Amino acid sequence: MTTLDVHAAPESTPVAADSILFQPITASSSGFGSLWEVVRISFGSLLANKVRSLLTMLGVIIGVASVVSLLALGNGASASITGEIEAIGTNILTISAGSQNRGPGNATAAQNLTMDDAKAIEALQLPVIGVAPQLNSSAQIVAKSADKNAQVIGITPAFQVVNNLTMQQGSFISDEHLQGANTVIVLGSTLAKDLFGNGQALGQTVRINNQTLRVVGILTPQGGSAFGSEDDRAYIPITTAQKRLFNARTPDGNGYRVGSITLSAINASDLDALQSRVSMLLRERHHLKLDGSADDFNVINQAEILGTLNTITSMMTLFLAAVAGISLLVGGIGIMNIMLVSVTERTREIGLRKAVGARSHHILMQFVVEAAVLSMTGGMIGLMLGSIIPIIVTQLGVLDAPIDVQTVGVAIGFSLGVGLFFGIYPAQRAAKLNPIDALRHE
Amino acid sequence: MISLRDIHKTYQMGDVLVAALQGVSFSIDKGDFVAIMGPSGSGKSTVMNLIGCLDTPTSGEYVLDGVAVDQLSSNDLALVRGQKLGFIFQQYNLLPRQSALRNVEMPMIYRGVSGSERQRRALAALNLVGMGQRVDHRPNELSGGQQQRVAIARALAGSPSVILADEPTGALDSKTSSEIMELLRRLNREQGITVVLVTHEHDVAAYAARVLTMRDGQLIGDQRN
Repeated sequence: MTTLDVHAAPESTPVAADSILFQPITASSSGFGSLWEVVRISFGSLLANKVRSLLTMLGVIIGVASVVSLLALGNGASASITGEIEAIGTNILTISAGSQNRGPGNATAAQNLTMDDAKAIEALQLPVIGVAPQLNSSAQIVAKSADKNAQVIGITPAFQVVNNLTMQQGSFISDEHLQGANTVIVLGSTLAKDLFGNGQALGQTVRINNQTLRVVGILTPQGGSAFGSEDDRAYIPITTAQKRLFNARTPDGNGYRVGSITLSAINASDLDALQSRVSMLLRERHHLKLDGSADDFNVINQAEILGTLNTITSMMTLFLAAVAGISLLVGGIGIMNIMLVSVTERTREIGLRKAVGARSHHILMQFVVEAAVLSMTGGMIGLMLGSIIPIIVTQLGVLDAPIDVQTVGVAIGFSLGVGLFFGIYPAQRAAKLNPIDALRHE
Repeated sequence: MISLRDIHKTYQMGDVLVAALQGVSFSIDKGDFVAIMGPSGSGKSTVMNLIGCLDTPTSGEYVLDGVAVDQLSSNDLALVRGQKLGFIFQQYNLLPRQSALRNVEMPMIYRGVSGSERQRRALAALNLVGMGQRVDHRPNELSGGQQQRVAIARALAGSPSVILADEPTGALDSKTSSEIMELLRRLNREQGITVVLVTHEHDVAAYAARVLTMRDGQLIGDQRN
């Protein structure tokens, strides 16, 4: 009597006892099978409203796209800045006169770092490429047809090694110049142009503080760095600066002051050890007690600067991502909005489903899954769109901005989180509907 | 099959308490075909909602197929509805974007019935109501009578103890109405399915074997046709 063939039974066939309908149903009343069906129902209703689904996703798409591209660009910029600093050298330690506790105004007034300190550091035989004391002054440099106010820096030959300076013409300050306190000067490329125009600068003379100095070298243009251009500076032997130009004798009259001492470590990893060794030596030489009295000098560790810059750039990246996250939030609210509309529109459907046996968790699941699918799909599309700008920027060579696994994880995780968070409330409203009222809803 | 004893139902309407049912008692045996009649406001819809486990009584006892359902939680009521009851509505309440087959399968999803068994049962039920050739049609491709047949198949497919029909012909013309009522009577007689229907039309109630008449929240008549 049982006939399962749909087409075998024409409409006019008399009703026959159909035994299958009287067999007990073999099924568990709950379980993953029915939940999987609920997921299928969610997909079905999203596909039935394609345009609306797409528009709802737009908010999440834009949010995720901006989070992804800003994170990638931010990380790329961060890496680029770090790279630039590493090019300058992360192995540099700079000791300058003055105490961190005295404030910037008094730092220049503290003049207790001496040439003898520099020599004592050198005598430690530390694993360094060079120990370069320097004395910076600002002075009017007078040439035949032009004059210019510039930084005049007293240095030792080690300065060239420590700072990787190369010569365009002539030679750098030599040991002989240093020992003789010779009146010679090396000019930065821009400064040479400013003073002598396009004419020959090498071999010419300039006057500083009524001293005549002979130009023995011109530096290769170094380009601007984050810390100002090095090309408009002048370099003279530190002895010349101390004795002839700027009278840098110490108050006790026994030595000469230096502005700062730069150490270039062979291994960047030695920097912390070098810093403590040099600090100890200077405290001893400056007769500072061990009971915690403050240093009368500053030590700037290039690695520390790098660390600080890294902190700043990652803060910036986080800040930008947070701004982008706001648009993700707005996208989430959009999803909630549409889900609420959808729940209202489908009140009868919900009432029917509940009347025929759907329990609250089935309905909850159906709407949460819809919201999660909307936001996840939006997240995927956003991830793809958000990758375009970083990829273009990388291809053009402007910035190396790779999309890393972390970024992908953040994008997908956040979009799923947004969907679940903003989907729960509408879904709960749907699940709580009373089937009698819901079925009467027009 | 169905046993109601001294059922009271009181609604709160703003500040006023409305006594929709005031001590209703009756039983319905397995295989019976019962029509509940009465003017609007008589409490017949409230009785229907209680029998249908969509609502619980304020006081009184209700036993459905051996289960005392009067104090169950809303989720347990949903379980009972899924397992023991089949619903037929005035407005058919088919899901508009789903085929007749999917509509008939739908309630069984919530009972965890496997896809293949759902389909077998749905096809059998659709054959039984004469819709075997239109299983892939959507509701908007079907006439009102055909839609109601699909709805009847949906109610049948899960092997319910009772089929509850709330004004099943209310949206149909008289010819289609009688076809639908013929179908329900045939299902009752030939398949032994218990049918309870609510109507205010005497023509419709005439198909039933027993007519319960309600007025002002009380049962005032109980007669066999």
